[in-house]
Amino acid sequence: METKNIMIVGVGGQGSLLASKLLGHLLLEQGYDVKVSEVHGMSQRGGSVVTYVRYGDKVASPVIDKGEADYIVSFELLEAARWMEYLKPGGQIVTSTQQIDPMPVITGAATYPENLVEKMRTAGAKVDALDCLALAEQAGSVKAVNIVLMGRLSHYFDLPEEAWQKSLEAMVPAKFLELNRKAFALGKNA
Amino acid sequence: MKQLMLGNAAAARGLYEAGVAVVSSYPGTPSTEITEELAKYDEVYSEWAPNEKVAMEVAFGASLAGKRSFCGMKHVGLNVAADPLFTVSYTGVNGGMVIAVADDAGMHSSQNEQDSRHYARSAKLPMLEPADSAEALAFAKQAYEISETFDCPVLLKMCTRIAHSQSVVETGERVEPQAKPYEKNIAKYVMTPANAIRRHPHVDERMEKLAAFAETSALNRVEEGTDHATGIITSSTSYQYVKEVCGDRFPILKLGMVWPLPEQKIRDFAASVTTLTVVEELDGFIETYVRELGIPCGGKAFFPQLGEFSQNLVAEKIGLPVHKGTALDETIPPRPPAMCAGCPHRGMFYTLSRNKCTVLGDIGCYTLGAAAPLNAIEMTLCMGASVSSIHGYNKALGTQSEHKTVAVIGDSTFMHSGMTGLANIAYNQSNSTVIILDNSITGMTGHQQNPTTGYNIKGDPAGKIDLEALCHAMGFRRVRVVDPYDLDACDQAVREELAADEPSVIISRRPCALLKYVKHKAPLRVDPDKCVGCKSCMRIGCPALSFKDGKARVDATLCVGCGVCSQLCKAGAFESTAKEG
Repeated sequence: METKNIMIVGVGGQGSLLASKLLGHLLLEQGYDVKVSEVHGMSQRGGSVVTYVRYGDKVASPVIDKGEADYIVSFELLEAARWMEYLKPGGQIVTSTQQIDPMPVITGAATYPENLVEKMRTAGAKVDALDCLALAEQAGSVKAVNIVLMGRLSHYFDLPEEAWQKSLEAMVPAKFLELNRKAFALGKNA
Repeated sequence: MKQLMLGNAAAARGLYEAGVAVVSSYPGTPSTEITEELAKYDEVYSEWAPNEKVAMEVAFGASLAGKRSFCGMKHVGLNVAADPLFTVSYTGVNGGMVIAVADDAGMHSSQNEQDSRHYARSAKLPMLEPADSAEALAFAKQAYEISETFDCPVLLKMCTRIAHSQSVVETGERVEPQAKPYEKNIAKYVMTPANAIRRHPHVDERMEKLAAFAETSALNRVEEGTDHATGIITSSTSYQYVKEVCGDRFPILKLGMVWPLPEQKIRDFAASVTTLTVVEELDGFIETYVRELGIPCGGKAFFPQLGEFSQNLVAEKIGLPVHKGTALDETIPPRPPAMCAGCPHRGMFYTLSRNKCTVLGDIGCYTLGAAAPLNAIEMTLCMGASVSSIHGYNKALGTQSEHKTVAVIGDSTFMHSGMTGLANIAYNQSNSTVIILDNSITGMTGHQQNPTTGYNIKGDPAGKIDLEALCHAMGFRRVRVVDPYDLDACDQAVREELAADEPSVIISRRPCALLKYVKHKAPLRVDPDKCVGCKSCMRIGCPALSFKDGKARVDATLCVGCGVCSQLCKAGAFESTAKEG
């Protein structure tokens, strides 16, 4: 199988690490070769962060380049727009509609662009946008946005529900499992 | 069992399986997790040392005693440890010794983009360079064999994409190595000129043996291709990009040992292809060697010497199709890293900015004080340079600078190499003001303990250096502690210490807001009826604050209730969301 690419983008501190761990576990269990590339250090401090998840028969490069992503999963709208160029023609964006002002917007040096979902669609991207923050709150914690997004992403995968649940069990601490199952379902059925 | 493992964790696993007994490191992105992972194994003694030089000397001591030892650091850390490095090359080892060094092409979290491979060549030491997690594990293990066979430490070179990528590994069991009792050997271990001059020929002889080893070792392998028009010599993450775009088309000489290089293997490979290209990030290190052999090759003539590579870049440079996507036709504001909401450094930087101080900075999270809107830091060079250079700056300018210039340095960086600069101020007497930003942790690298925190690498109680007592002992009479959440106190401290006619130390003390034990207050909110839209609060650059429809607004998911913004609000518009009563 040709290598498939999932990019997880967001703002440092939003919890993309758990999302990539979950995907890594899930895809390895399916028998794929998997590579996950993360960013640590300074850019984590509220900066734009990206995690690459690649799987297939044999994965070489640990990163995803422009025009290669089958999926972009975004925790934040501006970040989805920023990384859109990495989407493969026909690729799918799954994004939370949450907006977090970057420092240049906070200081007034720049403005946060409007109507990004429409603009991305006009530019030819398939965009699935949902208010993951609200769904995470509904599940019991704003921190569950990552699992809401994974639930939504599961829509696009031809994998049995049990496989996702098994990876959720393996990657989430037991005391938060029910909360995260709820978050996953809310994302999936939104 | 097959599992996904971070490159750094895999290196740690390899070291563990090879029976490493003593580990000493200083944290530095992207090397930190090697040591953090090793600290999880009970059979291994591990520690955070105050700096990389100390760490390497600790590792050497353990090697001398006959145990397998390890120290890990980032590329610039190896500069700090270069002194022992060059002479451990002469003494050699007893127990195997492995030194991991992690480069940061692209400077994700570094102040320069230096290429550590030059150290292997100049210190005359072997260097292994894995291309994924499985190799990181295997090479770390093999490094000990090489170390003990050839009587030298072995450099294990990582880079950001290998260190911080997870790929599939299969783990093995730990094997305790045979004991190598310490034997007194003055001629080998006492590097006086008379002894060192006799050791130098051993070094050169060793490198010849290692070069012969490189010819036959499986670390360096030729992967056959169908199209001999081009042959590619590569290593590390560049190898993965080459495989991604070329598959099995061109023959590849994949190097796992980047020093010493296998001359004959390179000659034979070059002879088997029409043109030769070296694909390597940063400097043309391998290319230079190939050219020294008189073999024409392409490389840095078309590949960049800066930044990270990727598959598209490699495809473009060797003339293969490049993937393209569609960028949004829209100005996307950048999202640079920023000090976190509730960061204790913010209050002090606001104070320094307000007092128009010239701030000489250092390495850590607080380097972000140079970013807008605070724009407070004017110089950052390397670990400890703030404290040393303020002395030089004030010696040069005297009273013109003494009363408005400060050095800022974090607690961990101060222990790393700020102390010696402070000793110089105390000894050679400049009227300098040093601010230790004590957030009680090594922050930027992800919360490692240090000699001032009172805890060791495993989180157990440990020795704790008293910063006030240390400064007093050096002869500073003016040492004071302030809470950076208290802007008035910060302002008073900075003004008074700058006005004083003797050197002083201000310790700006409050734990990092991200530490688990730090209890946060309820988020604040803005009363829109009281907010006059003056934007005073926006001057501190807090990511939890935004300005919408003429009013300040607090993001309750980010705010930790530190209250610094409310101290700037003359309208009293900030209030706590905590339930009363």
